[in-house]
Amino acid sequence: MKKLVLCLFFLSQSVHAEIEVYQFKTPDLELRYQTLTEELRCLVCQNQNIADSHAELAQDLRRKVYEKLNSGETNDQIIDYMTERYGDFVLYRPPFNVKTLILWLTPALTILLGGVGFWSLLKRRETNSDEQLSASEREKLDTLLHTKTSNKK
Amino acid sequence: MKLRFLLPLGAFVVMVIFLGIGLKLDPHEVPSPLIDKSAPSFTLAQLHEPQKTFSPTDMKGKVWLLNVWASWCASCRQEHVFFTEFARANPSVNLIGLNYKDEREAGMQWLARLGNPYLLSVSDTEGMAGLDWGVYGVPETFVIDKKGIVRHKQTGPVDLTILQTVIMPLIEKLNAEAQ
Repeated sequence: MKKLVLCLFFLSQSVHAEIEVYQFKTPDLELRYQTLTEELRCLVCQNQNIADSHAELAQDLRRKVYEKLNSGETNDQIIDYMTERYGDFVLYRPPFNVKTLILWLTPALTILLGGVGFWSLLKRRETNSDEQLSASEREKLDTLLHTKTSNKK
Repeated sequence: MKLRFLLPLGAFVVMVIFLGIGLKLDPHEVPSPLIDKSAPSFTLAQLHEPQKTFSPTDMKGKVWLLNVWASWCASCRQEHVFFTEFARANPSVNLIGLNYKDEREAGMQWLARLGNPYLLSVSDTEGMAGLDWGVYGVPETFVIDKKGIVRHKQTGPVDLTILQTVIMPLIEKLNAEAQ
């Protein structure tokens, strides 16, 4: 019973937390609305996108996205509108440019460097194992092998 | 052989530098893409005389400040003292207020109680003009030049130091510029 009450409590909370609902003319528009609001950052609570945020600014931005979608603007036009006002920071997926060069290239560079390091390590091991035995070592090995086989017999 | 030990150390130093810079950055200071662009337009009713409107183009040929404020905003109250003082000391400065997402009555009461440093304020009840100006955290202050270009944005409350060392010298510089 306690569990049920607790469950209901959390359920009611989530219902309470519901954000405004928009009606869309087509399912396609609704999908685009979802994608766009998930990719735009709320500038007040910066670790949330505007789809998740309850900040007033996020509400306004959602409304703007909704209005623009209904007036027939493309996704790019809406993204441009936002970046013209709030900068690239508003995008969760920052564009590739001089400023974001390090951001985009570091992962690839790290993998590349790691790969090169790993490859050279392997290579070094290989040459180590390829080392030729000296004459005396060979002799030693032969006697060892020989005694072993003779013992078996 | 030496390189083998220096390499991780070098990587570590680079990381420390990056993290160090990261610590010093304020994520709430988002650089405004509006700088050096035309001030976004709006036509809004004035706070005290709603039958009259105001638009940024009305200020063409003048250097002016747009201060975004609201009666519900605590840090606006904090900076308000400095603006009233600043306006009294520099009566030639054109300070326009944008009353952002506020109720008209509340805004007017706030000014009546704390003093009104503004030439005039406009009501942006819906916050749509604010959105056009990229407002995300009140108070914000913009400096606009004679050609209607946004030249500076201050996010967050101003204080005496900012007014004296950043805003005022900029206004003087822009005043000297040709129209």
